[in-house]
Amino acid sequence: MPIEVLLVEDSPGDVRLTQEAFRDANKSIHLHVASDGVEAMSFLKHEGDHAHAPRPDLILLDLNLPKMDGREVLAHIKEDDSLKTIPTVILTTSAAEADIVKSYELQANCYLTKPVQLEAFEGLVKSINDFWLTKVKLPQQR
Amino acid sequence: MKDMRERRNGTQVLLVEDSPGDVRLTLETFRDTNCAVHLHVVADGMEAMSFLRREGTNVGAPRPDLILLDLNLPKMDGRQVLALIKEDNGLKTIPTVILTTSAAEADIVRSYQLQANCYLCKPVDLEVFENLVKSINDFWLSEAKLPAQN
Repeated sequence: MPIEVLLVEDSPGDVRLTQEAFRDANKSIHLHVASDGVEAMSFLKHEGDHAHAPRPDLILLDLNLPKMDGREVLAHIKEDDSLKTIPTVILTTSAAEADIVKSYELQANCYLTKPVQLEAFEGLVKSINDFWLTKVKLPQQR
Repeated sequence: MKDMRERRNGTQVLLVEDSPGDVRLTLETFRDTNCAVHLHVVADGMEAMSFLRREGTNVGAPRPDLILLDLNLPKMDGRQVLALIKEDNGLKTIPTVILTTSAAEADIVRSYQLQANCYLCKPVDLEVFENLVKSINDFWLSEAKLPAQN
């Protein structure tokens, strides 16, 4: 069974790094990428081009995004009875206390900051895989 | 900068667990893994809420940085404790990790509905249990950013 992960990220460099690190860490991951908040919501709601999008097992969500910002996406996910059970991990460059607190208030499952150093970034992706996609029990699809 | 693990002495973890064997294992593994962790133990759901609300003998209790919560507990059950934590504006930002023997899909889904931050099953094998506690330490107390103490 493949593991479906939705990465909501507008930086092409970070998208590529995350794709490569997951490919090295775990072959059974299907990483789907949405580059703004509106596209993320349309993926999750199977709208338009995303009519056949799978339900993600895990969402990795950046905070600063074009069109609809990550805080708003997070609020929509956690207000929706069907989507709220999908673990949503914030993955952002912001280490601001206000962003950390606000994200946990909105019921982010966890908050991680992107390291600037390449090797540390790969290490973080690997620990997301080892913890969230290996140790943690996720709800089954549907 | 504002990293609480530099700002304060130690990381406060509240373990809500009624099995003395599991308490002891968790205590020992944290002691071996991270000496900065102060593990506070309460054995039922009522005591957990009283610790978090600093009631009665818990008046001087610290605010936990992380809560490890069993589901099946005496007096008040873990699902009810979780619901109370996540309904409380003062407490909801504390990451709450379910740590239980139940692998029932209904318990997993219910816990995420109640906004548990993550759900882990207690392994029966001793070594695997120790590894899980180490992963909790490595992920939640090293990689994850937690809200600072207020």
